[in-house]
Amino acid sequence: MLYSILIYAAEAELDQLDQKAEEAILARHGVLQSHMRASGGLGPFARLMSTSAAVTIKPGEGKPLVIDGPFAETKEQLLGLYLIECDNLDEAVAAASLLPTDIGSIEIRPIRYFGTGDLAGAKAAEQSG
Amino acid sequence: MTGRLCREDRFAAVLGSARPRVVGALTRYFRDLDRAEDAFQTASLRALGSWPERGLPDDPVAWLILAGRNAGIDAIRRNRRTVPLDTDQISDGLDSEEAALERIELDDYRDDILRLLFICCHPAIPQSDQMALALKVVAGLSVREIARAFLVTRKAMEQRITRAKRKVADAGIPFATPSLAERAERLGTVSGHLYLMFNEGYASAGEGAHIRAPLCEEAIRLIRLLLRLFPAQSEIMGLLALCLFQHSRARARLDPDGNIILLDEQDRGLWNRTLIDEGRVLLEKALRKHRPGPYQVQAAIAAVHCAAPCAADTDWAEIDRLYGALESLQPSPVVTLNRAVARAKVAGPEAALALVDGLGDALQGYLYYHGVRGALLAEIGDLKAAREAITCALGLAATAAERQHLEARLAAL
Repeated sequence: MLYSILIYAAEAELDQLDQKAEEAILARHGVLQSHMRASGGLGPFARLMSTSAAVTIKPGEGKPLVIDGPFAETKEQLLGLYLIECDNLDEAVAAASLLPTDIGSIEIRPIRYFGTGDLAGAKAAEQSG
Repeated sequence: MTGRLCREDRFAAVLGSARPRVVGALTRYFRDLDRAEDAFQTASLRALGSWPERGLPDDPVAWLILAGRNAGIDAIRRNRRTVPLDTDQISDGLDSEEAALERIELDDYRDDILRLLFICCHPAIPQSDQMALALKVVAGLSVREIARAFLVTRKAMEQRITRAKRKVADAGIPFATPSLAERAERLGTVSGHLYLMFNEGYASAGEGAHIRAPLCEEAIRLIRLLLRLFPAQSEIMGLLALCLFQHSRARARLDPDGNIILLDEQDRGLWNRTLIDEGRVLLEKALRKHRPGPYQVQAAIAAVHCAAPCAADTDWAEIDRLYGALESLQPSPVVTLNRAVARAKVAGPEAALALVDGLGDALQGYLYYHGVRGALLAEIGDLKAAREAITCALGLAATAAERQHLEARLAAL
């Protein structure tokens, strides 16, 4: 089964973390990545830009409205995601638990349909981190 | 440390991110910056005592505001024995805590934080002290950290901040909810202030450079905060984009001795692509609004530099055009001087000198005016005049790095 791991935390709080704490978080991501690589279950993953960089399209009168910012004003924001393949939910939970769990919430949402896509720009984005 | 994030980190991050809102709200309640800061301090200590056991509250900001208000009131009661209480100093909201907290919606937070930043920009305070005050009150840096960033002793910085606070108190703080026009004006003032703070860190070279880099990061952090509060403001998007573009070059713009490496000679592989990408997105978002402003145009200029794989690929015609736009939005001799640099690349040194020649009166005391003029004169072969210009620049050099750079240029002529 394919699962997505959706990572939420408060941007304003992450903004306050010092380099050491940031490195600690990255290290945990490294652990998840190598764990999933070992089982051949690591799919694409992404870190999202800040919600200030986002726009949201909402229904408007006549034509849709493009609004600045994220979909909803929430305490925690969607910051990044993984796609992983696991045999069952227990494994997916165990994998996601390798990430830092004390700075926000991690949602595991099974994938209903997955298209592999054909991203020319993905390699470039991978370089820039 | 094996990549474990401790709970103290989390609590510190929560307190840090809550600080502007809480101190902003407490300043509104107590109408006193010092009292608000002290109350926040006490509330933070209570939080660190209570949260580890009881866990994070649902709404840490509201928790801290409440705790801070109680702490502030306690402090007033304690002082009342010696100093008569001036009840007018406290705003009306104190009677009903719940009602007061419910009233704190995003709009209030917005105005509270904006007011807090605006207070720090008070014209009665010297510019560098304005920055110090904002770093202390809003960003929550310690006096020691701020003193380091401004290359002064802790004691001197302590005095400067105390003096700045007294000036703010004497001047009176504007507490009424601002009108639309006032809010726009405050945003403009605060944006300018944060850009100055960024530049204070960015412009430093020599031994101060590494020490002062945190100023850039704090300024970016505060601009991010401002943009979260005003997510549709194209000029704040532009300002953040501009600072991200500039900051993306941080690793490339100083040599190991801390000397500035000019844009043309930087190793562009060292530029931070993540910051550049974010700057590009923000600028695109801003431009979609068709409400141009100086920060957006300056960000657009920086974006052109960032888009060039090497210096020779720079689209100077576009930069010339953008400086033209900046000249009409915000006419200034320095902008024209910058435009002349772009013009020289597009149309040759004579065309650039025609622009520069009109600036002599305004920029006589500006090092870069003489530096640019010297370079252009050298290009057209007037070495004597070029030498004179560089010599003028040398007379205005403020740092050893600048002097060294200019002496090398003089020797090359």
